[in-house]
Amino acid sequence: MLEFILAAVRAAIPAGTPLLYGTLGEVYAERSGVLNLGVEGMMIMGAVSGFAVAQTTGNVWLGILAAAVVGGLMALIHAFASVTLRVNQVVSGLALTMLGLGMSGMMGKRFVGQPLAVRLQPINIPGLSDLPVIGPLLFRFDILVYLSVLLVPVLWFVLYKTRLGVTLRSVGENPAAADALGVSVTMVRYSAVAFGGMMAGIGGAYLSISYAPAWIEGMTAGAGWIVVALTIFAIWDPRRALLGAYLFGGVRVLQFRLQPLGISPNLLNMLPFLLTILVLWLSSGEAAKRRIGSPAALMTAFSREER
Amino acid sequence: MNIPRIRFEKRLSSPQWLTLASLIVALLLAMLTIAIIFQLLGVNPLIAFQRIFRGGFGSVYGLQETMTKSIPLILAGVGLTLAFKGRMYNIGAEGQLLIGAIFATGVSRAFPELPAYILLPAMFLGGFVGGALWAVVPAILKTRFRVDEVLTSLMLVYVANEAVKFLVYGPWRGTDTRGFPITDEFPDAAHIPNILGTRIHYPTLIIAILLAVLIYLLLVRTKLGYEIRVTGENPDAARYAGMDYQKIALLVMIISGGLAGLAGMGEVAGIHYRLRPPEAISPGYGFTAIIVAWLARLNPLAAILTAFLLGGLLVGGDAIQIALNLPAATVQIFNGVILLFVISSELFNQYRLRLEV
Repeated sequence: MLEFILAAVRAAIPAGTPLLYGTLGEVYAERSGVLNLGVEGMMIMGAVSGFAVAQTTGNVWLGILAAAVVGGLMALIHAFASVTLRVNQVVSGLALTMLGLGMSGMMGKRFVGQPLAVRLQPINIPGLSDLPVIGPLLFRFDILVYLSVLLVPVLWFVLYKTRLGVTLRSVGENPAAADALGVSVTMVRYSAVAFGGMMAGIGGAYLSISYAPAWIEGMTAGAGWIVVALTIFAIWDPRRALLGAYLFGGVRVLQFRLQPLGISPNLLNMLPFLLTILVLWLSSGEAAKRRIGSPAALMTAFSREER
Repeated sequence: MNIPRIRFEKRLSSPQWLTLASLIVALLLAMLTIAIIFQLLGVNPLIAFQRIFRGGFGSVYGLQETMTKSIPLILAGVGLTLAFKGRMYNIGAEGQLLIGAIFATGVSRAFPELPAYILLPAMFLGGFVGGALWAVVPAILKTRFRVDEVLTSLMLVYVANEAVKFLVYGPWRGTDTRGFPITDEFPDAAHIPNILGTRIHYPTLIIAILLAVLIYLLLVRTKLGYEIRVTGENPDAARYAGMDYQKIALLVMIISGGLAGLAGMGEVAGIHYRLRPPEAISPGYGFTAIIVAWLARLNPLAAILTAFLLGGLLVGGDAIQIALNLPAATVQIFNGVILLFVISSELFNQYRLRLEV
């Protein structure tokens, strides 16, 4: 039993890592007041470009970098539409997802079925990796896993304890006040959305470079949408993003573990999506009870002329 | 870095010619953008566009297929115009369509002996109920618990997908199917008739057009339609005026889900005569319907036209997939880019824009 749990934890962390990247990025975007439903599209574009660049250059780092850049560029489309043109954020994000799914399919066509020639090696942390039981459990992952965990306290700190974080949050809560204090609402929102896209791109690259490692069309399979839900579950706090991402990583592992017991894989595949609905429902109850909610200016465009 | 600012001056009214002109410009710009994307991805855009146009609109057969594919798009798209008008972001029409297909299949399996004139209406009813049920879940979560309907309706698409697969791989897999994951063929009475020699199941088409007209009339001629429009444009004002937000939200979701369910019924009983895996029943009609609705500027009558246009795009998309060896997802590029330009162009109706650098 213990062994089963340990193995499950060990598997849940990599399964949750793409979600963690995506959620951390979306937390920042939404904190600035921009909902980006394009996560699925940015993630899959990160996955395909990361794989393509890593495969053709033989350098995983260039792959990850390319994924971040492509994710960020995709996000800028959404930023332009929703911040500058002030179009409906729901529809613009949805369009971005469609665009990403379509372009990634075309870009990845010639990579389908290829094994990745280069790998991201697991890192041994001297001392920690050799500990009994928890050593192999927690300290034999690749750099992207550690980086994502490290980003949690860093992004939390930036958000709550620095000037930059205060500026970001004020733009998401009360853009008019921030504007009056001389903050460029536009600039902050562009940056936050682009950062979100870069994180989603890296999350996608983790899937295709480390987790799979292969390019499969549509391989994000709804992970980007779960990210949007996890952002709500996380009540826009990076710390809770970690919890949510690994929870869903665990569900993914559970799916594979329950399959040999004779349960239909199709029913098991419903699990993460049903759980997402449940989690959203519970979060809304919690939010109501604790009187916390989304950033006040989420989904509203800002303009000086109309207040 | 200097980001150009655009100043917005609100228009009091928007002339009709401007609505049309901005749409046409948006579509042209979308095509140009898609051409650039294709060029960058190594596909000759001129050849691709020509094949798409020829495939969807360039022959009698192509036009028949376009008409066939526009049937589910009209149904689901018209439903979405209503939902979006009431500001319910139902983006789960794809799931509602699939559940409609399941319910219709269930009815045909339960009553295989019934004559067509009873069985087919019962199946349409089943399809409507199935789709409506699938849309009621996000509606109730939204109105009672303030859970965002965008995410819940979309999550239910994935669940519906797996539900269809579960049935065709499991309990409903047919006996005469040589191992394929499909149900047995429906009884003859459960086949929607076609226009001879085509796949156009005209009863569904007639129902779709009638419903488009009805919903148009509902929106512009009735008190309820007025309440839906006010709720969508200004929820606070609607509340102060004493309009029942919960009732309106639930109603637009039931109707839009039900219409998507009818589309699913039309596909299984008008085209396949079986339940098949989800990707065989629908190449994403429920998602394309979102574009049908926005492209129609949320006008149910205009949705008939935009459904035909996007139906042709789907047919043409199939054609370039085969001719240019492109993946099925290619058509999503069209969906995404068109949607982006269409919503952006709406601005020109609402505002006068001035560029400030």
